[in-house]
Amino acid sequence: MIYHDLVIIGGGPAGLAAAVSAKDNGIDDILVIERDKEPGGILNQCIHNGFGLHTFGEELTGPEYAARFIDQVLSRGITCKKNTMAVDFSVEENRKVVTAMNREDGVFQISAGAVILAMGCRERPRGALNIPGFRPAGIYSAGTAQRLVNIEGLMPGREVVILGSGDIGLIMARRMTLEGAKVKVVAELMPYSGGLKRNIVQCLDDFNIPLKLSHTVIDIEGKKRVEAVTIAQVDENGRPVPGTEERYTCDTLLLSCGLIPENELSRSAGIHINSITSGPVVSDALETSADGVFACGNVLHVHDLVDYVSQEAAAAGKNAARFLRKNKTRHQEQIELVAENGVRYTVPSFLRPAEMDDTVTVRFRVDGVYRNHTITVCYDGRPAARRKRPVMAPGEMEQVILRREELALCPDLKRIAIRIEKA
Amino acid sequence: MYDIAIIGAGVVGSAIARELSRYQASVCVFDREEDVCCGTSKANSAIIHAGFDAAPGSLKAELNVRGNAMMDTLSAELDIPFRRNGSLVICTKGQDTDALFQLLEKGEKNNVPGLRIIEREELIALEPHISDDAACALYAPTGGIVCPFEMTQAFAENACVNGVSFFLNTAVTSILKQPDGYLIETVHTDTNLPETFPARVVINAAGVHADHFHNMVSENKIKITARKGEYFLLDKTAKDHVSHTIFQLPSRMGKGVLVTPTIHGNLLIGPTATDTDDKEAVNTTLDGLDTLRRMAPLSVKNLPMRQVITSFAGLRAHESGDDFIIGEAEDADGFFDAAGIESPGLTSAPAIGQKIAELVHKKLSLAEKKDFQPARKGILRPDTLSADERSRLILAHPEYGSIVCRCEMISEGEIMDAIRRPLGARSLDGIKRRTRAGMGRCQSGFCSPRTMEILAREVPMSVFDITKSGVGGAVLKGVAKEL
Repeated sequence: MIYHDLVIIGGGPAGLAAAVSAKDNGIDDILVIERDKEPGGILNQCIHNGFGLHTFGEELTGPEYAARFIDQVLSRGITCKKNTMAVDFSVEENRKVVTAMNREDGVFQISAGAVILAMGCRERPRGALNIPGFRPAGIYSAGTAQRLVNIEGLMPGREVVILGSGDIGLIMARRMTLEGAKVKVVAELMPYSGGLKRNIVQCLDDFNIPLKLSHTVIDIEGKKRVEAVTIAQVDENGRPVPGTEERYTCDTLLLSCGLIPENELSRSAGIHINSITSGPVVSDALETSADGVFACGNVLHVHDLVDYVSQEAAAAGKNAARFLRKNKTRHQEQIELVAENGVRYTVPSFLRPAEMDDTVTVRFRVDGVYRNHTITVCYDGRPAARRKRPVMAPGEMEQVILRREELALCPDLKRIAIRIEKA
Repeated sequence: MYDIAIIGAGVVGSAIARELSRYQASVCVFDREEDVCCGTSKANSAIIHAGFDAAPGSLKAELNVRGNAMMDTLSAELDIPFRRNGSLVICTKGQDTDALFQLLEKGEKNNVPGLRIIEREELIALEPHISDDAACALYAPTGGIVCPFEMTQAFAENACVNGVSFFLNTAVTSILKQPDGYLIETVHTDTNLPETFPARVVINAAGVHADHFHNMVSENKIKITARKGEYFLLDKTAKDHVSHTIFQLPSRMGKGVLVTPTIHGNLLIGPTATDTDDKEAVNTTLDGLDTLRRMAPLSVKNLPMRQVITSFAGLRAHESGDDFIIGEAEDADGFFDAAGIESPGLTSAPAIGQKIAELVHKKLSLAEKKDFQPARKGILRPDTLSADERSRLILAHPEYGSIVCRCEMISEGEIMDAIRRPLGARSLDGIKRRTRAGMGRCQSGFCSPRTMEILAREVPMSVFDITKSGVGGAVLKGVAKEL
């Protein structure tokens, strides 16, 4: 069995940024495992711009953003095994073993001092949405269509209905239009969009593509290829309202109805999963329930901007390096982080105050659209900080920054709650 | 001229073809779809029934029990994934236990081995997630689960290797009586070109359409009603929820829905039962899926419905007499029916194959082949190998080292095998049914572009001709930046 100090599973934006950061924090023996033929992950098919405003102060396309990190990985001499699939991961008594496979090496095992999980996420398929109807050709998740169009130059359809207003769906509404297709409507089950405001403006409004909120697909026609879909308004329980049906003839239905972190490997290693995020439960160090196993990027929770993925991954890389440098005894003292009143979840789920950095970024999403509300941070039930936000929506990630020096002033603190309150 | 022409390449037609390929006879099979296993055979409960359900003395009872008993040998001979996981019929507290004992009695009359009634305590030990209302159950140890796709493919591939000709994408339009047999008129579904095939004997294994063909040659009309069954398929993460096939005790409310593990480790819930006039209506419905959500918890609690990865519907061929119709039509010499094959049709298929073959053998006095090859090897599954064996395989055949479907961990090698083998896959669904690539939790989101690339290279064919499930179902509509 071969050994590496740090094994990073996934060479997308999270894995690459984690590798760079771990190296810069003194770890030399790093292996990145990437299943695709090139690193960069899903960024490689995101040929639109708008990436990197936070990280590089300029607007880049997805492949450009990825290339910057790939360059950093290459210039640091970090090894990336491409076309390699991690097929199993186990943690037993602190022995971390990744089983991987590729054409050249066959099946091989890597023992690791520390592991960073950066496997990304997948799209929710039609079956999980309970859309009735036929199952013909012409139903694609938005990401699959994006790959076909942007990487292969192939058109999956000409007349398109999109269900779900996640960012990929919005981006693909514009892309399909630019490539010559007619996008007839975007239907969204929720009363609000799941995507970024800027994408609604730039991808739908600018192209006069209607967005129908509180609507869903209730029938798909066509035995061999999609011929039409019917959408209907839904009530507050998500049930179709009779009499609101509208039939659209089309040859394609694109689905952009949510992303699911891909944690099959995490589960196989017995790592605890948060039922809201479907990602691992992590500490402020982004360390999972298994010592020395860290998680970052969309495998941890679905992000809105890749810049935040890069930031989070850099923290994971740094913390993994710290873990590898000193095998000190762990302080068991913890402060619980709790999502309350309008906050769906927080990442991390708890802090270890004795070991925390000077600042810890807590990321979360809200459960609805809130105008003129505050994000309130409570220490053991007592409001400690408030920040007013003109608008918050589920499609955009929010964050608060906790400072070590402030927490040090409350030595017996057990529980930090983050909640949304009326301003 | 063919000695024997079979209409329908579902599990029944394919089982018949395989049995007849033991004889010195020219045999052909027609199917309007682009692949075998495209009708009822591909969308059902994937169950090998024990045989306690059918009326004693019926063909259903006889062939069910015989088909069930054949499965161990067949599974070994034809490499069909099959396991006897046992089945349970649940009687809840409000239900009449007499009905359960009647089922036991029927089963015993049908010679189903090992049947017994178990009480709640034993039931909970067997199935911890059984409903709190479950009082007792009928336990049938010979009940099993099977891959219906591979069962059909195995019969068809083995028939093909033994000389049977398969004409796919070939729809039978009429059957004309001739002095020495029948003239079968067909049209190719892709090219629309007509072609006629003379045959001495015709076998009707056309599923929900069997009445259409039977009524072309016989005055004794039959009527097959398409009875729709809708299903939910859950992710493998739900696989341990139950280990047996859990039936509900039939009642005035209907036959109930079953909850079962599948042979590949998913969880399956279904079916509903609604008669439909449209024999192409394999669509799911809001009502049907709602019914499943309401009914399934009557026998199994805490079903993880968030793990649903797909839903589908199949049509069972229900005949008004409520039994299989097997044999030569009275007023149509040389025309044999295997009609009305609804549940337990999948279980009975091997026995139906034998029975029809015996009848045709008698009719045509066929001699047995000396070089019949009874064995068929399925697609090599690297996940059944040890790590060392797998590495050696990859060293010799690097394509087994490239994972294409990450959910089911299916390699390029398996997909190439699916395309290259007899009656190989020519569509995305064909590859899916043979390898499971695209059948996992992402439902082909990640792998379909790669699978298309491999299909185009291996056949070879233009990527624009690749379909999901045959003629009319092209996956692509052209190239980008083209109006």
